[in-house]
Amino acid sequence: MNPENGGIGAIEVPLAVSDGGAGVAIRDLEHSYGELQTIERLTLTAPPHGVIGLVGPSGCGKSTLLELVCGLRQPSAGSVEVGGAGTAEERLSRCAYMPQRDLLLPWYSALDNAALALRNQGERKARARDRAADLFARFGLAGFEQTAPAELSGGMRQRVAFLRTLLAGKPVLALDEPFASLDAITRAEMQEWLAGALRADPRTVILVTHDVEEALYLCDQVVVLSARPARIIAELRAPAPRAAERDAAVTESEFVAAREEAMRALREGSR
Amino acid sequence: MRRWLDPLALVLLLLGIWQIAASSGALADLLNLESFLVPSPTEIASSLWDNRVVLLENAWVTLREVIFGFGCALLAGVAFAVLLHLFETLRRATYPLLVGSQAIPILVFAPILIVWFGYGIGPKLAIVAIICFFPITVNALDGLRSVDPEAIRMMRTLDASRWQTFRRVEAPTALPYAFSGAKIAVAVAVIGVVFAEWAGTSSGGLGWLVLQYNNNLQTAEVFAAAVVLAAMAMALFGLLALVEHRVVTWR
Repeated sequence: MNPENGGIGAIEVPLAVSDGGAGVAIRDLEHSYGELQTIERLTLTAPPHGVIGLVGPSGCGKSTLLELVCGLRQPSAGSVEVGGAGTAEERLSRCAYMPQRDLLLPWYSALDNAALALRNQGERKARARDRAADLFARFGLAGFEQTAPAELSGGMRQRVAFLRTLLAGKPVLALDEPFASLDAITRAEMQEWLAGALRADPRTVILVTHDVEEALYLCDQVVVLSARPARIIAELRAPAPRAAERDAAVTESEFVAAREEAMRALREGSR
Repeated sequence: MRRWLDPLALVLLLLGIWQIAASSGALADLLNLESFLVPSPTEIASSLWDNRVVLLENAWVTLREVIFGFGCALLAGVAFAVLLHLFETLRRATYPLLVGSQAIPILVFAPILIVWFGYGIGPKLAIVAIICFFPITVNALDGLRSVDPEAIRMMRTLDASRWQTFRRVEAPTALPYAFSGAKIAVAVAVIGVVFAEWAGTSSGGLGWLVLQYNNNLQTAEVFAAAVVLAAMAMALFGLLALVEHRVVTWR
């Protein structure tokens, strides 16, 4: 365990954040920026509390797909439904988006960054801070409440960003390469930590990553996308049940086989 | 310490050279002038002391004009920048005009402004405000536009209203830019106010005083007034830098 990260452990008790549970249904989705087609007839469903991983070559439209799910963009054709609702407003109200970079606001403390959604939802400052502070210890962030984002380690920044996403209280989390900017050791720790956090507090998760191993370890289902325009070239069920320990999980023979299959599909799709 | 020592040494060296060149009459000879037209630094310093009451009285008049003019420009400039940021059509329509307006030599219109606003403080405030308006508006607008679009999208999924996004993300991002604009503006405001006073009102001020001194060929006094004006500009700049340091704590 990296002491710089404040000693993060697995989260075993459910977090006190509400969740109605909502699935995501994408049907014949197409999207283009002007002439440039980014997504080609894509159909995909995530059950409530399902964790879906999207892997694909860089620039294949994975982030666009997340923005479509969140209601930040509108499809050119086809439909996206979150919790059975299809309008952008309704999707927006059911999804919380965690961008690739942590985008913590440097003028707020770690605590106020985490409490951002609560403040936006009209919670009073003291109450919002209390609710966020309750979760700081669980996220291995105790004692860093008043720290400026720039003074946190990469792993801690990412955890504050995740806490901010979680505290929005949305049933669907859209995570865009949440650990891409971290070093290998911190990334492995954070993956293990996120798996624990989701066990304790299940959400529907759409996880975009370029790391096949990360997707297979964290997700129930991994979807391999082709180069732009994105279409599905393989769908893999993650080998279940997995060991909670990441090191044990990723060396299981089933896991290794799934990883090789995904890599093969990815290589074909990038051509 | 060394940060201050080196420039201070250079200033003293230059003043020393000037002192010798002026007091020996070498500079006046070189320029083919009467020596009283080329004051030395010590003469300027003694003129500063001898005329301290008159200089301070007029500095107060000028300072008020700068502060009020700058204050008007600050309010109007920031408000206008926000407006242009919120309404894209307005920005597209106005921005080229705003930049183009900088090509207009505003001081040429000073006499007209006097006709419009009368012989009081009005036209001077108007000139200072117009000069300050551009750097404040452009910098504040650049700041607002520099906001990461991904941060805006994130705020939307975190249930932020337009106003909350503005208050919590856009305004703080733009703040350092706005301060840069304000610091530039306050420095040019001091130059602007001198021209405004030259443009023909008779209610005092350092610019007006410089004109009187110049007509009497009191060159040491002209320099003394210039020293006060420069000090005023630097003090206002420093004050804004101090406020910025206090407000923008995250940089």
